[in-house]
Amino acid sequence: MKTSECDIIVVGVGGQGVILISNIIGKAAMKAGYPARGAETHGMAQRGGSVISHIRLGCEFGPLVPAGGAEILLALEPAEALRYAHYLSEDGIALVNTNPVLPITVTTGQSSYPPLEEILAPLQRICRSVKTLNATKLAAKAGNPQAMNVVMLGVLSRYIPLPEDMLIESLSESIPAKFLEVNRRAFELGKSEIEEA
Amino acid sequence: MKEYLLGNAAIARGILEAGAGVVTGYPGTPASEIVESVVPFAKKYGIHVEWSVNEKVAVEVAIGASWTGTRAVAIMKHVGLNVAADPFMTLAYTGVRAGLVVIASDDPFCHSSQNEQDSRRYAQFASIPCLDPADPQEARDMCNYAFELSEKLELPVLLRPTTRVSHARADVEVGQIEEERSNPEFVKNPARWVMLPVHARPRHTELLKKQDRIRAALSDVPWNRLVLRGDLGIIASGISGLYAEEAIKQLEADISILRIGTFPPPDGLCSEFLEHVSKVMVIEELEPVLEEYVERLARVCNSDLEILGKRSGHIPREGELDSLIVRNAIAEMFDLPEEEVLSLKEAEEILPPRPPALCPGCSHRATYYAMRKAFGKDAIFPSDIGCYTLAVPMGTIDTCLCMGASITVGSGIRFGGEERDICCSIGDSTFLHTGLLGLLNAAYNKARITVAILDNSTTAMTGHQPHPGTGFTVSGEKAKAVSIGTLAKALGADFVETVDPYDIDATIESFKRAREFPGLSVVIARQACVTNARRAGIKRRPFMVNNENCNGCRECVEFGCPAIEFDEDNARINSLCSGCGVCAQICPSNAIEVVE
Repeated sequence: MKTSECDIIVVGVGGQGVILISNIIGKAAMKAGYPARGAETHGMAQRGGSVISHIRLGCEFGPLVPAGGAEILLALEPAEALRYAHYLSEDGIALVNTNPVLPITVTTGQSSYPPLEEILAPLQRICRSVKTLNATKLAAKAGNPQAMNVVMLGVLSRYIPLPEDMLIESLSESIPAKFLEVNRRAFELGKSEIEEA
Repeated sequence: MKEYLLGNAAIARGILEAGAGVVTGYPGTPASEIVESVVPFAKKYGIHVEWSVNEKVAVEVAIGASWTGTRAVAIMKHVGLNVAADPFMTLAYTGVRAGLVVIASDDPFCHSSQNEQDSRRYAQFASIPCLDPADPQEARDMCNYAFELSEKLELPVLLRPTTRVSHARADVEVGQIEEERSNPEFVKNPARWVMLPVHARPRHTELLKKQDRIRAALSDVPWNRLVLRGDLGIIASGISGLYAEEAIKQLEADISILRIGTFPPPDGLCSEFLEHVSKVMVIEELEPVLEEYVERLARVCNSDLEILGKRSGHIPREGELDSLIVRNAIAEMFDLPEEEVLSLKEAEEILPPRPPALCPGCSHRATYYAMRKAFGKDAIFPSDIGCYTLAVPMGTIDTCLCMGASITVGSGIRFGGEERDICCSIGDSTFLHTGLLGLLNAAYNKARITVAILDNSTTAMTGHQPHPGTGFTVSGEKAKAVSIGTLAKALGADFVETVDPYDIDATIESFKRAREFPGLSVVIARQACVTNARRAGIKRRPFMVNNENCNGCRECVEFGCPAIEFDEDNARINSLCSGCGVCAQICPSNAIEVVE
């Protein structure tokens, strides 16, 4: 029996704004009358490390999405999409920003960063669909590459059972007014980049 | 009214609604945001909020407030309770006047900690009640109730959230913030507040007598819930109860469940449950606290009961649980198939690891670079708890045990007979937390070591909290800024120098002098945390590599700054550069220049 309406995993690198958009989604869920649960990474891992956030819409159990149970994997960085791919259900969808962030193990030459195709191939094998875009470029187009997370939120808006106006309202409440215009543009660019849900 | 709250903010809400007048704590993941979430309300409601110097201090300040008739709370991470264990244990004897709650947030899986000890054991040890919330709503409700319970029993109460409660978010029903404050007055009563042996002995007897009252008080709280169905049963505590409920729904299993939110657990409900079932699985994270209780109770009320749990190997004693682990454990009990987790071989084979690292431009990296140059790789480098522990790949972190242990462990390495150079490193906040006494001990007992105090003027790892060296309180008010250099001298260090680690040559020279010094030497490497500097609007011009001069020697790459990459033959500086300029100083070919 189903225990959550929609389970979402948001992944990325510390500093990319994973927690911010996770909160925007959770607050929007509350506005829409869904019980929501979330779990975040704080502390040590935030220093440029790999970061994962769980969000469960219409759920009143624990905040952790079980492995193999996520309807959506929203990845702000491609390598991180693969690192957490085991959370995806067979019917799930991966939404992936293709712009890599090199980990310290790569910049110092201890490891190499795999080509994008090699990262995406296993993802495509295990879930229903993988949608990719360069959200970092789109954010720059919107006026600030830092708004990449909000571009991805725009993409996500097409796939989750939450009304867009509630996401926007929650976005407006979560960021300083002076950044709102750029972020609204970023949201729209993300939303229109992915045509069909 | 409902709000979408972080568990720690929900706990803060419970504190506010209970009308606490004194809130103390020391930063530590996963507990830090509780104190910070009280701060915005402090002025309006007249609440004294403080970042205490350490957890022992935090508990003692809270005790003083409680004895004066003001509700108080001391907040820390689980290992902080070790530091505070001394007052905590005897506090159970003296008891409290106004409600006193100690909050220790546990960290199963060591997400951001050096161990995964179970604070419920501390409550057992001290013979006081412990509340174990399953989610942010319960955390808020229990926190509010804990003050009442504390007053009713005249005992401190331990609230023990875990990472997945403290750092979970959920829609939480909140209530009114209490505005009434009692009239505070310290009433002299030596038999209560002076723990001479002659007073302590009867207080111990009193504490033991209170145990029945604790059980009676907890017998009908809403967080112990029983649902009787089939004759197989689950008994689960805290968040494990939610995992079990989810698993039962998924499996559509005919199974009885008793969820436990209090320690000691309720004898009546537990007996009723154990008499109903023929086989029970005990599900809890970390230590088998509930399991041992069930084993004891079953001897009295159902001696044939089959008990599954940690002892039987069904539930792990380390790490954290989730609904899948719990689902599979319950499935095994019913002989149902396990759900396997897909393992992607590509993820293991091709992905580069992404460990957390010091930020681009972090001054700790520069300090360690200079330390290594001056001391050589053969020296011994005891270290401590903070961001700087992330410098392990630089070869300058040889030990990390607990807060303040760098100087003391380093002293012991010297006294134990090691003759090579020893250079300890400790952050400013950690030095003020427990490093002070280690330095005093090193001076007094003549430890010939060097101590580097990495002073970035903040408690960075836990989210940039102020401390007595910063000149600001938790509320951002101006405070006395303690001089770490003056302190070090007063504690007995005869060599104390302060350097700017962004000046690499000067820092190396200072470390060399410290190494040669025939006694206890202290080098204070002072430079603002790069994240704080950026937030404060300090802008430095970024640097770039001049390819004509770069010969690809990789000296800068090995420095390990995330802003430095290597393309084919040359180094390259990416957009993360914060302009600290250290790489330009270490480049042997003068190939790194300011972007004009």
